[in-house]
Amino acid sequence: MASPRAEQPLAVRITHWANVPLLAIMAASGLQILAAFPEMGPKGAPAGWYPLQGWTPPAWMRAGDWLAGARHVHFGVAWLFVANALVYVVWLVISGEWRRRTFHPRRDAGNALHTTAWYLRLRKSPPEQGLYNGLQRLAYTLVIALAALEVLSGLALYKPVQLSVLAALFGGYEGARAFHLLGLAALLVFTVGHVALTVLHPRALASIFTGGRRA
Amino acid sequence: MTVSRRTLLGLALLPLGCDSSKPHEGFLGLTERLNDRMQRAFFRPGKLASEESAGALTPQGAFPLYKVADEYPAAPADWKLRVHGLVARRLDLSLTDLRRLTPTQFRVRHHCVEGWSAVASWQGVRVSEIARLCGADPRARFVEFRSFEEGYPNAGASPVRYYSSWDRESVEHPQTILAYGRNGAPLSLGEGAPLRLYSAVKLGYKMVKWVDEVVFQPVRTGGYWEDLGYEWFAGV
Repeated sequence: MASPRAEQPLAVRITHWANVPLLAIMAASGLQILAAFPEMGPKGAPAGWYPLQGWTPPAWMRAGDWLAGARHVHFGVAWLFVANALVYVVWLVISGEWRRRTFHPRRDAGNALHTTAWYLRLRKSPPEQGLYNGLQRLAYTLVIALAALEVLSGLALYKPVQLSVLAALFGGYEGARAFHLLGLAALLVFTVGHVALTVLHPRALASIFTGGRRA
Repeated sequence: MTVSRRTLLGLALLPLGCDSSKPHEGFLGLTERLNDRMQRAFFRPGKLASEESAGALTPQGAFPLYKVADEYPAAPADWKLRVHGLVARRLDLSLTDLRRLTPTQFRVRHHCVEGWSAVASWQGVRVSEIARLCGADPRARFVEFRSFEEGYPNAGASPVRYYSSWDRESVEHPQTILAYGRNGAPLSLGEGAPLRLYSAVKLGYKMVKWVDEVVFQPVRTGGYWEDLGYEWFAGV
């Protein structure tokens, strides 16, 4: 980097914290939409793999009150969710920050394995790291890819005929619907792990509020 | 107002203009208009929904048959389809008249706003054929389909006939038909007999069952579910 830059520059902090309510609203309105038909698989052929067939998410997990309300919230806030993500990705590219924030298999795979082994107490010391270790880079890169897939599977659900090629990539309308829900579950797993790890690393937690040290 | 049903997150949305009990207003109304415009931009008049295989057919009985009236409404003995509005010739068509027109059929996936899908084949006559027959004016950018089914969307108020207004482009789509048959048999009462709207390019609630009127209009109106808050364009 030519000039000293904070660990978490303003662009990161803003898009990161904007993402918290946006993702929560998308998830909760999505679950309200699911509640209208809480099953997987087409009518007459329920999917055997889905363990929660017929299970309605509890009211506290939902937003939008009713199906039409939730659809409007979901398709309205989706614009903000996508815009926020685009701001972050464009900033990543323009600032050159993608180099130290995204996962590069050759550079980071060994470090990611070492870090995982350390968390599992299989190694005594963590690997050397700069801003992020390899495991963080892997997680933060995968979660962006996952969010992009959520948007794409959502578009396939919204326009299964007009975007039939996209829908076919997910296995058609029903495939896209299953993918969209499983993607939400994966995002939830990420969020739980992400929050748990920041509790273990309070300095990293502080930097997403304050910006952290200048390098 | 239904504040008691709102979750904390739902309440937090209110200051942003996200009142889910009034989804056509505020921020939600703004994004609905934006999404309507996007959907119309997405829509390709020549893009056909792909034919489903015979094996994908939903078993008879598993395909939900919705209604807003207490009972499926039986057609009056003198039922005819009335076509009027911005047209050169008003039409009054009996089922026999409709069956004499060029028939068309397709087997496609049905997408319900609730999230479920199902597959059936549909037999009928293209609405574009009706538009040609009545000499529909190009200035009629919208078409309203009206049913003789009546529901009570607002408790205590007078009944409302089921209806839905469409954009002309979707109406003229080759897979938008006035259907008199399903899976090779005449429509059953629950399926919308004697005649219903069917389309591969809209959500289920746009496909008016028990149709008795087609009106070509210069202005966009609403619909039974649309007036209650569901989105107007509702293309798939």
